[in-house]
Amino acid sequence: MEALIGLGQGFAVALQPMNLFWCFIGVFLGTVIGVLPGLGPAATIAMLLPLTFNMPPTSAVIMLAGIYYGAKYGGSTTAILLNVPGESASVVTCLDGYQMARKGRGGAALGIAAISSFVAGTVGVVGLMLLAPPLAKFALTFSSPEYFALMSLGLAMVVLLAGASMVKALLAMLVGLWIASMGIDLFSDSARFTFGTAHLLDGIDFVVVAIGVFALGEVLGNMEKRGEGTLLPVPKGLRNLLPTMAELKACRFAFVNGSVIGFIIGVLPGAGSTIASFISYGVEKAMSKHPEKFGTGVPEGVAAPEGANNSETGGSLVPLLTLGIPGSGTTAILLAAFILWGLRPGPLMIQDNPELFWGLVASMYVGNVMLLVLNLPLIPLFAQILKVREYLLYPIIFGISLVGVYTVSGSVFDCVLLAVFGLLGYLMRRLDYPSAPLILGLVLGNLMERALRQSLMMSNGDMSIFVSRPISATMLFLAVALLCLPMFRKVNSWRIKAIEENG
Amino acid sequence: MRRLNGDVLSGLVLVALGVYVIIESLGWNYMSEEGPGPGFFPLWYGIAMVVLSLALVLRSATKPEPGAPADWTAIGRALLAWAAFAGCVALMEPIGFLLSLALLTLFVVAVMYGRPLKIALAAAVGNAVVFHVLFVLALDLSLPVGPLGF
Repeated sequence: MEALIGLGQGFAVALQPMNLFWCFIGVFLGTVIGVLPGLGPAATIAMLLPLTFNMPPTSAVIMLAGIYYGAKYGGSTTAILLNVPGESASVVTCLDGYQMARKGRGGAALGIAAISSFVAGTVGVVGLMLLAPPLAKFALTFSSPEYFALMSLGLAMVVLLAGASMVKALLAMLVGLWIASMGIDLFSDSARFTFGTAHLLDGIDFVVVAIGVFALGEVLGNMEKRGEGTLLPVPKGLRNLLPTMAELKACRFAFVNGSVIGFIIGVLPGAGSTIASFISYGVEKAMSKHPEKFGTGVPEGVAAPEGANNSETGGSLVPLLTLGIPGSGTTAILLAAFILWGLRPGPLMIQDNPELFWGLVASMYVGNVMLLVLNLPLIPLFAQILKVREYLLYPIIFGISLVGVYTVSGSVFDCVLLAVFGLLGYLMRRLDYPSAPLILGLVLGNLMERALRQSLMMSNGDMSIFVSRPISATMLFLAVALLCLPMFRKVNSWRIKAIEENG
Repeated sequence: MRRLNGDVLSGLVLVALGVYVIIESLGWNYMSEEGPGPGFFPLWYGIAMVVLSLALVLRSATKPEPGAPADWTAIGRALLAWAAFAGCVALMEPIGFLLSLALLTLFVVAVMYGRPLKIALAAAVGNAVVFHVLFVLALDLSLPVGPLGF
């Protein structure tokens, strides 16, 4: 009942013309960048974040979330038509989607992907709406030690699933913690790691690091190879986007499977939409009466991963909005955005900012409808975006990155830092250091240090406070257990297999 | 072998960073009467950094993983692009944002992607104009202006 009242309030916010407009801009931009391979939602949100500073926070959140889930719709388009996944989460969609396209059922595959995304995306939002308020109530009992333990657990999950080398993932996270410490200390007035320059007294702006590591690092990596001059052929005959009744019937279990698995994986930190899509494809295949046909163009092989991919959005917003703990690079950037607007996601957010929380939830229902309407007739048009030559695209990305960083602070020094972090991002890519742990370490660094120091103030310096409280002890135990898992050879080979399948 | 060098090298850089973090944090208060001081947290992650990066260095030095040899042409291209970007940042203040972005575009299109000069010039001017219209005129953002007034 409480949820229904909240939702009513949310629709009143989301249906305001201004917010409808920003929601549309968000899902539209999201679809465009989802179609473009090599530019992910994390990089896009980071680049556009500074431009939202003058907007009302609710509109800005609605737009940025629109980019997040819109990109997932767009990513499936290129996977199906060209066998080029626009996002890593669309890799599995290639398997059956591209085969369907080769058999002349490309239109139907796109239709199924859109319908499944819509169904599962909506289920994910329902899940978010039902799960977030009680979880927030439960989290109200949390104090500093629980928060410290929770953040450790979240970081451990991210590190576990970030890359083949856990040592490198941990090191990336530690570098993130180090960057977070730069500037004036929160409790005393000591300046830390400022290299004697006044520019660093306020620390390094999150936006600079995120744009440098995600956007510039990605573009520099792409520029290693001079792209071939040939355009990828976009298949014709996409007029008929409606799947047949038989195809829809084959997908009915996949819709449910994708929705449920995507949401559950989304709630857990670390395992993002890529893993969700793989698992739900695997489950679909294992439960199928004709598993041998998977990979030859079966519609449920498209519906399951696409559903999971989109349901994950709602799931991943649960820990972000109720605990203030992001589980992935993209949600870490969203958290940074909230903090920049002076909002603290956490257990009190639903109470304190009901119009924002429920407005966002309602806007996601609206956004999913918009995406369905936008995508079904316009897919051939979106596919044309692929004809934009990369040598035109990259200077634009460079320019937007610079404008974004310069707008935040109005200082050229930050643009210099941007170049430094761009190089760091490229080198990390080159040397197989995952970037998500660095960003999470950076976002959580100050929160974690504060929780740690407050806990020890509560206990007068006694470390046992972390293990004498049952919730924090359980979470810390789980975190340590997760980090020890790879020491067992068998488990480690599963872990690496899972990461490699993620491509 | 190249791969091995990359791991050893980055590991050594991180060992150095960790040592630097530890030395710096020893200069700050570790524990005060109110609780842990500013040196508390950095000391611990500094130690973790040194231990983990030493492990990385030792493992890569003793057990070289067979990896593809580094493609120096590709790396060179990426670093060239980075240098062009850094140059654009350096020129932002002296000649203004729009002009330096146009130069960067010109460089990327003409040199890095080997397009004819005509196309590169068109792209450079077009990019600068779009940025000016979108960000300066429409969104009213202030960007560094050069001596020519744009």
